[in-house]
Amino acid sequence: MSKVGKRVQVRTRPANERVKDFNEVELLLTEDEAIKEASRDIKYCVAPCMNRGCPVNVEVPTMLKLVSQGKIREAYESLITRTPVPSITGRVCQQEVQCEGSCVLNRLGEPIAIGAIEKFVGDWAIENGIEVAVSSQKKGKSVAVVGSGPAGIVVASELQRAGYDVTMFEAFHVPGGVLTYGIPEFRLPKRIVQKEFEKLKNIGVKIELGAVVGTTYTIDELLKDYNAVFLGVGAGRPMFLNVPGENYANIYTANEFLTRVNLMKSYMFPEYDTPLHIGKRVAVIGAGNTAMDAARSALRLGAETYIVYRRGRSEMTGRAVEVHHAEEEGVKFMFYLAPSEFLSSDGVNVSGIRLMKMKPGEPDRTGRPRPVPTGETVEFDVDMVITAIGFYPNPLIPGMTPGLKTDDHGRVVVDLEGRTSIKGVYAGGDIVTGESTVIEAMGWGRRVAKTIDRDLSRS
Amino acid sequence: MDNIEREGTILEKNELTTNIFEMKLYAPKIARAAHAGQFMLLMVDEKGERVPMTMVDWDAAQGWIDIVYQEVGTTTIKLTGHSVGEKLFYVAGPLGKPSRVAKYGRVVIIGGGVGVPAIYPIARALKAQGNYVVSIIGAKTSNALVYEEKMKTVSDELIVTTDDGSKGLKGFTSEALNMLLSSGQHFDAMWSVGPTLMMKACSDVAAGKIPNSFASLNSLMVCGVGMCGACRVTVGNKILLTCVDGPEFVSYDVNWKELAIRLKSYMREETVSLEMLRGADKL
Repeated sequence: MSKVGKRVQVRTRPANERVKDFNEVELLLTEDEAIKEASRDIKYCVAPCMNRGCPVNVEVPTMLKLVSQGKIREAYESLITRTPVPSITGRVCQQEVQCEGSCVLNRLGEPIAIGAIEKFVGDWAIENGIEVAVSSQKKGKSVAVVGSGPAGIVVASELQRAGYDVTMFEAFHVPGGVLTYGIPEFRLPKRIVQKEFEKLKNIGVKIELGAVVGTTYTIDELLKDYNAVFLGVGAGRPMFLNVPGENYANIYTANEFLTRVNLMKSYMFPEYDTPLHIGKRVAVIGAGNTAMDAARSALRLGAETYIVYRRGRSEMTGRAVEVHHAEEEGVKFMFYLAPSEFLSSDGVNVSGIRLMKMKPGEPDRTGRPRPVPTGETVEFDVDMVITAIGFYPNPLIPGMTPGLKTDDHGRVVVDLEGRTSIKGVYAGGDIVTGESTVIEAMGWGRRVAKTIDRDLSRS
Repeated sequence: MDNIEREGTILEKNELTTNIFEMKLYAPKIARAAHAGQFMLLMVDEKGERVPMTMVDWDAAQGWIDIVYQEVGTTTIKLTGHSVGEKLFYVAGPLGKPSRVAKYGRVVIIGGGVGVPAIYPIARALKAQGNYVVSIIGAKTSNALVYEEKMKTVSDELIVTTDDGSKGLKGFTSEALNMLLSSGQHFDAMWSVGPTLMMKACSDVAAGKIPNSFASLNSLMVCGVGMCGACRVTVGNKILLTCVDGPEFVSYDVNWKELAIRLKSYMREETVSLEMLRGADKL
């Protein structure tokens, strides 16, 4: 029936093997596989991926063409004009709704495995030590990038390459923001993230760790030393359920749990000093990507793991592939249940959850049926809980910076090009949008880098 | 010129008394922005925990910070194992909100154990604002009492208590506070830093008698910058974060029971970690 070729099969490690460790789940394409997939059905290509699919407008057809010719280095050089870190975006972007989701081949068969090819090219460049080209024309101006997550990486990379002197400020002891503390090793190896930072350093970006902008340096102080300041400090403060018993021991926010596991390497406790309670039975509240990451991490630590969600299966916000991986690995799903109280048999540690049974109601503003309490509750025994119900924007800098305008949700207010209410201060990513994806934040980074370049070229 | 490469270098290390150490760290970028009541975070080595430490004293011009700690677990034992001239893996700060230092009138300052050094900069700042400062400092026994001389220099009156009566009044700091209040003394504000039980007891004694009462909480922390929620505590029926909303809160509003529960979260793991460290020492 179908005239189009068969999509390359991205190999994954068997579920029963991968749940025993934190090593990467999806394996890399071989060069032959990448070349073959990049050459597939190219005659149909009209590149909707570039314009409608991708927040940073990656030139997918160019990448595919170069890879199909075996010109991997050239493909990398083309890619980094849009995404400076293809090894990362190739792994964490939601390709199925973006580039691959918009691919014309969806109508004829299966889309090109764009993400897998991008990841292959990015990793190839790392393995082969490909250097990034930098403008030989120095601008003689400096930019402070606050936060070293996805938005900051893009701004730093683009502006340094354009000839600015960029310094990144990071509060933690390792750079990368959510890529380091949030996304688990088995989805995004930290070795890859650190390699990308080595590349940034190689092109001249300075990275100051342990710098908490807002307290170590105020925005005013940065403005004295830098021509522009970019705030990419992300979504920070965890939301709480605000139900009784939420602060018993062994109830974690997903941010705390993932920070302990990823940033502090608690999964290697006691070799690493940061402890982590490992439950026998863990309930993860929520069904977004963060919930999937937390559940799959808990599973790897040996816990029987449940996703508890107040809506139904089709309303889950996590990527389909992550939900699929989680199920394959043995995470169990419970739907139409919402915690109404956390219970403790010893008055210290959580021992159970009282769950309100929910039912779908009228559509809410997201268009999904609003979950409505039925009045009936059940008790569920657990010895650990991870809440993954969302974040507020990071409040630290807005709280410490008079004059920086924020909205009712604590988001920094910017114009369409990323300028805040303070002259010379720009913002982008989750601190502006509230809560979004890595690639959306990178899209902001690209947009704001252009604005900063334009504004500084004028002044 | 600040030398960022040296940030976190140990300049001095003194054992104030058995198991209690004072350490001077080179940390100009933190010292230049430090205020009374704030803390810093440090990691001893790459595999270490991120631990909060109250900044006890600092000098912006010379770029140093003093911390005081009691050797109780893996991190503090490792910290003592480091020598002058060695550099800690990571330091960051200042963190948390500064103490609400102002001219209140008569203030009472209560410190217990290593809470005495922690409250010293607050007492100093309040004294500098022209407050009349009455300090109550306590320890289990006379040998465990630290920073008495320093506290004298920033207090108009100083009361010492020990649990065993080996120095000063026998009993708890909260009992000394009760005595002062019962004798008709009036205070406009109170600060307490020390063990949870001590701060709660002082807060209970002061309730209804001292209009402003602040306690600096010692919650467990991981990130220190308000994104993980490990240090959450209920204050006035709201979940707040000790690292960014505190560490100082109105003591009357703190849910002390919950704070105590959360402090017990890792007792088992702490023992495991210590056993491993001691095992490694034997090698």
